[in-house]
Amino acid sequence: MPERKIRVLVAKPGLDGHDRGAKVVARALRDAGMEVVYTGLRQTPEMIAEAALQEDVDVVGLSILSGAHMALVPRVLELLKANGQEHVRVFVGGIIPDEDVPRLKEMGVTGVYGPGAPTEQIIADIRAALPSVTV
Amino acid sequence: MEFVQSVLRGDRLALSRLLSCVENDVPEGRLALDALFPYTGKAHLIGVTGAPGTGKSSLVNQLALQIRKKEKRVAIVAVDPSSPFTGGAVLGDRVRMRDLAGDSGVFIRSMASRGSLGGLAAATAAVTQVFDAAGFEVILIETVGAGQSEVDIARLAHTTIVVEAPGLGDDIQAIKAGILEIADILVINKADRPGVETTERSLRTMLELAHPVRKVFRHHGQMMELNDGVVPQEGLWIPPVQRTVATDGRGVPELLESIERHVAHLRANGDWMRRERARLQAEFDLLLQEALVSRFLAKIPPSKVEGMLQLIQERRISPREAVYQLLEN
Repeated sequence: MPERKIRVLVAKPGLDGHDRGAKVVARALRDAGMEVVYTGLRQTPEMIAEAALQEDVDVVGLSILSGAHMALVPRVLELLKANGQEHVRVFVGGIIPDEDVPRLKEMGVTGVYGPGAPTEQIIADIRAALPSVTV
Repeated sequence: MEFVQSVLRGDRLALSRLLSCVENDVPEGRLALDALFPYTGKAHLIGVTGAPGTGKSSLVNQLALQIRKKEKRVAIVAVDPSSPFTGGAVLGDRVRMRDLAGDSGVFIRSMASRGSLGGLAAATAAVTQVFDAAGFEVILIETVGAGQSEVDIARLAHTTIVVEAPGLGDDIQAIKAGILEIADILVINKADRPGVETTERSLRTMLELAHPVRKVFRHHGQMMELNDGVVPQEGLWIPPVQRTVATDGRGVPELLESIERHVAHLRANGDWMRRERARLQAEFDLLLQEALVSRFLAKIPPSKVEGMLQLIQERRISPREAVYQLLEN
């Protein structure tokens, strides 16, 4: 029976060691019927892009609390593109100052979420970003 | 078929996308599998199974590191359970495999079980075929955290490793049927923890019951043999019991040696071919069943099937009678 699930990579780049937020999101996406590949803490952009490639995900969710998002996010986007995965939608969650949000979106990030963002919103945005998921 | 050519050329993105097509069982994937099939049959499939939390992912990580030292390309297929309610899944095996990042000789793919109950996903066998055709010499298959009867892995893998940890059960658990029976190699992981001797003793007792061995012991300073009338069978593989600590890699080189001995044993006594044939036959049977059922159902109006189901639900005919009637008319 053919089945197509939205596949999401949830990753924590950088050095901060708090992944509760990432786990909450991973769990919420699971409950929304998605297949969530969880990579754990302290991933380099290279590791994230490699995992995204091997897992053929539709979405990469980055959780960044360290303030290093303006360095880490462009690098991940660049590597995804270099691997031929420019179709992958990137979402960022964490502590992101308001003024950085438009800049991240300009770079190609689909959604940015701060603390307390409802997981329903993230789920709805992911679904909206992938109207016709094709293999 | 550009897909197939790209995969055979070693294009990792094409490989990844093909794995999705195969996992989702779309026509493109099926055609590619047909085209790739002649290139399969070379890889060594190693299954790693055991209860949740015994350290399967960490052990797979260490095994892959060890195998990479021999310049062999390694694919890892890690299966985690899908939610029976939402169909979603959290696939977390990569968390323990970060040592393998950055090595282009390794390819890790996580799979959700998608409702299959045997410890693997329905498409796991097909996914291993793709890796096999793509030239990965060793394929490590990690099952979902298995209980007692998730034994599908033994039908798929050439070598099945069952991972135990100290303190998980007494010697009655060890003589029950099921998962321990399928082990070609038994691993006691977390062997730095207390209770490892007890676990090893109960596993060895279980093996002695299953495989008669020569019992030689020291009695008053002399080696004596206990002749209990059981003749050890020549050429029989007796699963070794191996201690490992997967967090730091202790015991893993020895485990790999056992795996290599097992392959040599399978090849020497013809079991490799027999297992291969049994596996292909099982796959053929399953596909034949599916094809026959869908072809048969396509010829019957759905209302008729619905009517039968109604009769069954009202307890007017048994399911067996209903099937018989459908087939006869």
